[in-house]
Amino acid sequence: MKEVFNLQDSNKDIILDLKNITKKYGDNTVIDNLNLYIRRNEFVTLLGPSGCGKTTTLNIIAGFEEPNNGDVIFEGKVINEVPPHKRQINTVFQRYALFTHMNVYENVAFGLRIKKIPEKEIREKVKAILKLVDLEGYEKRSTDSLSGGQQQRVAIARALVNEPKVLLLDEPLAALDLKLRKEMQLELKRIQQSLGITFVFVTHDQEEALTMSDTIVVMNKGRIQQIGTPEDIYNEPKNKFVARFIGESNIFDGIMHDDYRVSFEGREFQCVDKGFDKDEKVDVVIRPEDIKLEEYGKGMINGIVTSVIFKGVHYEIEVEANNKKWLIHNTKQVKIDEKIGMNIYPEDIHIMRKARDME
Amino acid sequence: MKKSKSIAQYPYIVWSIIFIVVPLFLILYFSFTNSGGAFTLENYEKLFQPNYMKVFYNSVKLAAISTVLCLILGYPIAYILSKLDPKYRTLLMLLLIVPMWMNFLLRTYAWMSIIGRNGIINTILKAIGLPTMNILYTDTAVVLGMIYNFLPFMVIPIYTVLIKIDQNVIKAAADLGANKFVIFRRIIFPLSIPGVMSGITMVFMPAVSTFVISKLLGGGQYMLIGNLIELQFTTVGDRYFGSAISILMMVIILISMAILSKYEDKDEKEGGGILW
Repeated sequence: MKEVFNLQDSNKDIILDLKNITKKYGDNTVIDNLNLYIRRNEFVTLLGPSGCGKTTTLNIIAGFEEPNNGDVIFEGKVINEVPPHKRQINTVFQRYALFTHMNVYENVAFGLRIKKIPEKEIREKVKAILKLVDLEGYEKRSTDSLSGGQQQRVAIARALVNEPKVLLLDEPLAALDLKLRKEMQLELKRIQQSLGITFVFVTHDQEEALTMSDTIVVMNKGRIQQIGTPEDIYNEPKNKFVARFIGESNIFDGIMHDDYRVSFEGREFQCVDKGFDKDEKVDVVIRPEDIKLEEYGKGMINGIVTSVIFKGVHYEIEVEANNKKWLIHNTKQVKIDEKIGMNIYPEDIHIMRKARDME
Repeated sequence: MKKSKSIAQYPYIVWSIIFIVVPLFLILYFSFTNSGGAFTLENYEKLFQPNYMKVFYNSVKLAAISTVLCLILGYPIAYILSKLDPKYRTLLMLLLIVPMWMNFLLRTYAWMSIIGRNGIINTILKAIGLPTMNILYTDTAVVLGMIYNFLPFMVIPIYTVLIKIDQNVIKAAADLGANKFVIFRRIIFPLSIPGVMSGITMVFMPAVSTFVISKLLGGGQYMLIGNLIELQFTTVGDRYFGSAISILMMVIILISMAILSKYEDKDEKEGGGILW
């Protein structure tokens, strides 16, 4: 799964390396032999449904939990035993976890005070970081007088002021409303780029992951399903789980007869995939926006429109053909009960091996 | 809807007037009158006589000592309880509360037989050849009785605040470089102040007004405010002076509540002061 990275990258570029990490709670394996490396200045997102092990992975990196097996390597050194307060890693917690008995300034200064940095320097650093997160002049405010978005910024400032080499963010935007979330996504990306710090971001929101990340790590049931750039993950999902989780998809059972020849839904199609066993059973994934509409009878597949929903930019059309539903995104309006044909180009047909132990 | 709601309030209002407001005004009225029913400040002047001032001083002193000792004992208990596995928490909490279900008088009598001249402690000391102690009928006995009876009132509010502290806040402090000691000093303790204040209120108030503990364990030679009031109403029969002392005690309690409430959580009272 690591081929997405250029293996010629020098090792110096790797800041954090997780090797064969396994974490169990009793008999329950939360993380199963996870291997992942993160490069300097990278924005990595751990993406997956709840219970996929993404937060546990974050806790292991931060030092709040120890893996049962495997090594956490930070700048070339194994740090399994190093307690959280001695790691050069800071965390932004879900629901902020601000110190409610301190004002904004004291919250942000907390880490610096512990490091016994001179008061003058603390003042300068806090001022600079509050400016970065757009909270200048809020020093004396109490944390509960702030809005959710502002509290989030304080939490980010409180972590960043310590100049960590890696910043971990555990679903930091989950408590914000949609508009604020979108703003904060861009804001976070801007902060990350201007400071050049490695961000490890955890979310279950695929759109958030696609918007912000350099690299997305899709996880399910304690295992990495795919590592890649947002484009890779979206366009070339490795398996049915990734395809379902990222965006919407039509997924069919198919048989790969030969290289470039697949049949599903009672018809043979040309495709661009190869290297499968003869007559291997596969999953076929087609994105809804990749299906072209044709006149009835002229398409590769022909069916009847059963539902049309206007989504703003496009219509979400559901077509029934051979008792199967197809989901299509198209800007052309069609009518319910209209008979239409559908065409799919070979490069839009994604073939995936059936996963034996997934789902 | 609104009307029926206001009708539903009447029984409570009537109850409050008959049993709370009227008696309060009666006490206030008595405290400013003499046996002839005429207005006088005599009762209050009497309060400032040295022997009575000594009683007030003793009451406040013993209550303060007990409160401080309850805090020193109660905070660690509450802290340990809050750190325990929830499975055992409830059980241990119950062990702390169950003695409270026994009659207050009975519990205090039990202490008499434990620390008495021929009580359990002295019997054991004698058996192993050590000199016996005379604790009963001393300040120590009164303080001991107060601590025993009021300790749960210190533990419970502190415990309630401690278990409500967001674990992520503690994690965040550790993440920012704080070790366990710093986390306690800078995060946990400051966040538990409202509980501590409730605890102090809930221990100090009954301690300053008790008359059973001082009567039984102090042997009657230690006159506290509570005993003085009791004496005026039962033995001396001077309800006018007794009322004046009661008013003074209320003032003491109101002042201490006003001071403490400044430190309590603004939006969430832990239910301390209002109980007494």
